[in-house]
Amino acid sequence: MTVVPPKNVLLALVIFVIALAFVPLSADKYWVKLVTRMFVLGIFAMSLDFIVGYTGLVSFGHAAFFGLAAYVLHLVSREDEAVNLLWALPICLLASGLAAAVIGALSVRTRGIYFIMVTLAFAQMLFYFFHDSDIAGGSDGAFIYIKPVIEIGNVPILDLDERGALYFFSLVSLVALYAFLVMILRSPFGQVVQGIKVNEHRMRALGYNTYYYKLVSFIIAGVLGGYAGFLFACIDGFVPPELLGWRESGLALVMVILGGVGTLFGPVLGAMALLGVEELFRERHIFGPLTAHWQILLGTFVIVVVLFMSNGIGGQLLRFSRDQKAGER
Amino acid sequence: MDWLFLLIQTLNGVQYGLLLFLIASGLSIVFGIMGVINLAHGSFYMIGAYLAFTLTELTGSLLYAILLGIPMTMVLGFVVERLFIIHLYHRDHLQQVLLTFGLILIFNELQQIIWGGDPNSVPMPTMLTGAIPLSDTLSYPVYRLFLSGVCLVLAGAMYVVIQHTRLGMRIRAGASNRAMIEALGINIRLLYSIVFAIGVALAGTAGMLAAPVETVYPGMGEQILIVSFVVVVIGGIGSIRGAFIGALAIGLADVYGQVFLPDLASVAVYGVMAGVLLWRPTGLFGRGA
Repeated sequence: MTVVPPKNVLLALVIFVIALAFVPLSADKYWVKLVTRMFVLGIFAMSLDFIVGYTGLVSFGHAAFFGLAAYVLHLVSREDEAVNLLWALPICLLASGLAAAVIGALSVRTRGIYFIMVTLAFAQMLFYFFHDSDIAGGSDGAFIYIKPVIEIGNVPILDLDERGALYFFSLVSLVALYAFLVMILRSPFGQVVQGIKVNEHRMRALGYNTYYYKLVSFIIAGVLGGYAGFLFACIDGFVPPELLGWRESGLALVMVILGGVGTLFGPVLGAMALLGVEELFRERHIFGPLTAHWQILLGTFVIVVVLFMSNGIGGQLLRFSRDQKAGER
Repeated sequence: MDWLFLLIQTLNGVQYGLLLFLIASGLSIVFGIMGVINLAHGSFYMIGAYLAFTLTELTGSLLYAILLGIPMTMVLGFVVERLFIIHLYHRDHLQQVLLTFGLILIFNELQQIIWGGDPNSVPMPTMLTGAIPLSDTLSYPVYRLFLSGVCLVLAGAMYVVIQHTRLGMRIRAGASNRAMIEALGINIRLLYSIVFAIGVALAGTAGMLAAPVETVYPGMGEQILIVSFVVVVIGGIGSIRGAFIGALAIGLADVYGQVFLPDLASVAVYGVMAGVLLWRPTGLFGRGA
């Protein structure tokens, strides 16, 4: 577990973020949208890494909070007028947080393999709820016609309908939430949570109510997952029930492991890499007729990552930086 | 709502529960003995159903299709174990979940390539197409009774094999101490392959048996996988008895839910799970994971 990466890695990340800030200036619309999606799924993967990599709870239902926030944004949006982000976002986060509190209260009682199955089952319950009922479009999905804006008084400050605004809002959110999670992990609360992953019995012997700590970290992850879902709904303005599904949860775990479990910045890189690889698999010049069945390539890629890259990108970066330091001495 | 209607619904619930038991017990054995969580288990159910579809068209009867299909699914299980699952024994749950998740993506796409996206239906065997009349208007299909019977026979056979045969003894020994049974000169590698193949065959057989009752469609594997998870969570992982009781409970909860609380039908099953979790977090017969 690494909370704050070493200086040289941090410097590389800062340079990377600054470089990303210039993407909208040069690249075409398609790429701006793709990179926005990378940021948003980066937030999603990072929030999952917070419980998987630091608290030690492997959740296979994280998409529940992601999709729920997206649906709540659809429910509070109107067809003729933009909603104000300053109240729409908190409502979406509250919904995800409440769902995480209920699902967490039940599933945190279990451990290991049970936890994986129970989180998956509850997430599927939400999926079937939105898939089968007609409160939000059912299996066809729901639309958000006008994206949220920030208005103070009557002065518009930010309009998420604009591609560039959404891009920067997502990038700033990503950096701010990363800093927020690092702060939590360095706080006394975060120390306890990390202690639970290493040895829960010992933490309990020290007098900590580990159930409460695990539940709170599950809720924090759920709220941030909801933040990602809110932004994701703003990208396309389309909310299909599949956003809540097990496939989304599984891909988020793939992003975490591809980026490096317990590195926090790694899963963001993992999300970018996975989306990049998906784009690549759909590239007809390279994979020819296989592109029609790119899911096979994706599945193979997932298996290869699990078998041969279990340190992830972030883990490799950290090892590289450590080796360099050892070389200087 | 008279008692005949209730009887039919109960029979349906028991039939669904027994089917779930076949699938969940395979999932539970593989986890209990090999310590591997297999998300692709639902895919084997789907593959079984599609095999039934194709083999019934080729041979003309579902019964032949099942007799041919069982060895085919066992071979498939053996190959998948040797190629993929074998790498998972010393890895953590996260990696097991993700590798088998990758397998689902591959199986789903292969299904699309081979059979396409349309739902299919499989005809019942001609001698089992009848229905037993219960009153002037209500009757119960023979095939569903046959299905329940086959599931019960398989459950009994599984009990006998595990409790009263040499193979079963080795399987139980392998579950409690892998190193010891290896030291005693038993080929644990082969044993694991056999156990996995049996688990796959159970899921595949369930798929073949269910094919005439339910539609054969692309997403059927995932739907049943989730319900099987609920069954295993309720019964306790690694416990066959738990899987049996959990499966019946879920089968009945699902059917009664659709009859009495149609608005909440999709949630009823999870409600049962939440209740059991509040009461016993490691399931009814679980030893903890």
